[in-house]
Amino acid sequence: MKKLINNAEDVTVEQLHGFGLAHEDIEVHSDPTFVSAVDGAQDRVAVISGGGSGHEPLHGGFVGLGMLDAACPGQVFTSPTPDQMVAAGKRVAGDRGLLQIVKNYTGDVLNFQMAADMLREDGIEVRNIVIDDDVALKDSLYTAGRRGLGTTLIAEKVCGAAAREGYDLDRLAALCRKVNIFGKSMGMALTSCTTPQNGKPSFDLPEGEMEIGIGIHGEPGVARTKIKSADAVTEILANHILEDEAYTRALPEWDRAQQDWVDVEVKDITFQSGDQVIAIVNGMGGTPLSELYTVYAKLAEVAGRHGVKIIRNLVGNYITSLEMAGMSITLVKTDEEILRLYDAPVNTPALRWGC
Amino acid sequence: MTQSVLTADTLRDWIRKAADVLSENRAYLTDLDSPIGDADHGNNMQRGFNAASAALPPGEDPAAVAKAVAMALISKVGGAAGPLYGTYFLALAKRFEGAAPLDIDALASALEEAVAAVKKRGKAETGMKTMIDALDPAAVACRMEATQGGTVSLAVQAAAKAAEAGASATVPMLAQRGRASYLGDRSKGHQDPGATSSAMILRALADVVAGR
Repeated sequence: MKKLINNAEDVTVEQLHGFGLAHEDIEVHSDPTFVSAVDGAQDRVAVISGGGSGHEPLHGGFVGLGMLDAACPGQVFTSPTPDQMVAAGKRVAGDRGLLQIVKNYTGDVLNFQMAADMLREDGIEVRNIVIDDDVALKDSLYTAGRRGLGTTLIAEKVCGAAAREGYDLDRLAALCRKVNIFGKSMGMALTSCTTPQNGKPSFDLPEGEMEIGIGIHGEPGVARTKIKSADAVTEILANHILEDEAYTRALPEWDRAQQDWVDVEVKDITFQSGDQVIAIVNGMGGTPLSELYTVYAKLAEVAGRHGVKIIRNLVGNYITSLEMAGMSITLVKTDEEILRLYDAPVNTPALRWGC
Repeated sequence: MTQSVLTADTLRDWIRKAADVLSENRAYLTDLDSPIGDADHGNNMQRGFNAASAALPPGEDPAAVAKAVAMALISKVGGAAGPLYGTYFLALAKRFEGAAPLDIDALASALEEAVAAVKKRGKAETGMKTMIDALDPAAVACRMEATQGGTVSLAVQAAAKAAEAGASATVPMLAQRGRASYLGDRSKGHQDPGATSSAMILRALADVVAGR
């Protein structure tokens, strides 16, 4: 293991310390750990997210004006714990409540649910919306369901802007749900990655092979094959996303009338000719930006062949897996509302425009 | 030594014993978690139960003990195991409320309700290769002893034995929940780390009650 670390036990603490020093609009809190924007959300709905560390800039890099009010980082590849979300929620939420955007990993879902239960006991109204946009996985009956990938970033951007427009909690939750069913992603890896705690690669991916459909912690995907050209790999992922059929599953949401968690049936879209989309070509941490542009060129071509037009794009490292080489593609269908909110000003460490 | 009731003292001894056992088995649990999870279960359980041991409140109220354990596990274990074990001990606390000292019927009900709460939180049932596969048979075994007029000592022994058998039975199972579920058929042939730690925790209770 070759890493720029001091002590494997302290990596998240030390990294957050530096993050806070580098970004004066961000406050880093410890015991419990969370980061929050300096400007508060007292007069509007607050939006928070969180997840394991090792995926930077997600989520802390998206805290700030027009996006997240706070983010809760866990240990590397480990979900944060409810005390973190409770502290963050109490810090940033006012009378209008709190939206928690949660990637669909078992640990994240359960910890954010417990946090919501605890915050509710403290008088803060909370809604959790789960993002599960990874089309590599087919079913939710025999697995924990599709994982949360790049659509999370668009949900955080769009919902952060909507909160600033004055959306109430129910409307904001509905918007977040819409972004989730409008978004589809898929990833691939060229190499494994090593968490500082374990010191050895999370999985074995031999020279000359790649894994298609991999998760951001190295969970297996749909196929392990001989390595192919950038164009061939992009074709596989893009076609998978663009031709993915509508996916129906049940996601847990808090039901205010029943005062309990209920399964809400959610059905996502299929992309149609004429759709206008936001595209993300996301690096996993160890792939150079130049290679991502090669992928983007092919993605634009494949989308065009399906009659789908990319009207906004992000090319870069947004949801990483430490030093893993590889990339993921996300397409999110837009409508007037999503596009307006996406274009709204944002000023965070990792995303900035219009201000 | 046999016991007819569980006291707050027994519960405190249980958690300390569980912390010791989980520490001794840290590497084993993490090894079980490597092929089908993310290789952190042993570390997480050790950290969580050490925190729970340190947070044990004094006094005669078993509900207060279980609640403190739950809160420590929720904030210190992490991953999915933190909220699931936290839910288990919160449900125990709820049943222990005002029930001290705990007889075998109260214990059987508490274990049943705790399993039900974990099933609901994790949307899991028996046979999905999770901690439920140890916790559920343990509750059933405890209830059977209660129905047959057994003692608390016999009941916790039966529960521990059933949990261990349940953990072993996860080996051929196809994982249907948690990170292991992404592996599909490749999850077969491995013992579930969560079921294993559950069995260790219930064995610790049996040992403490037996004076070991």
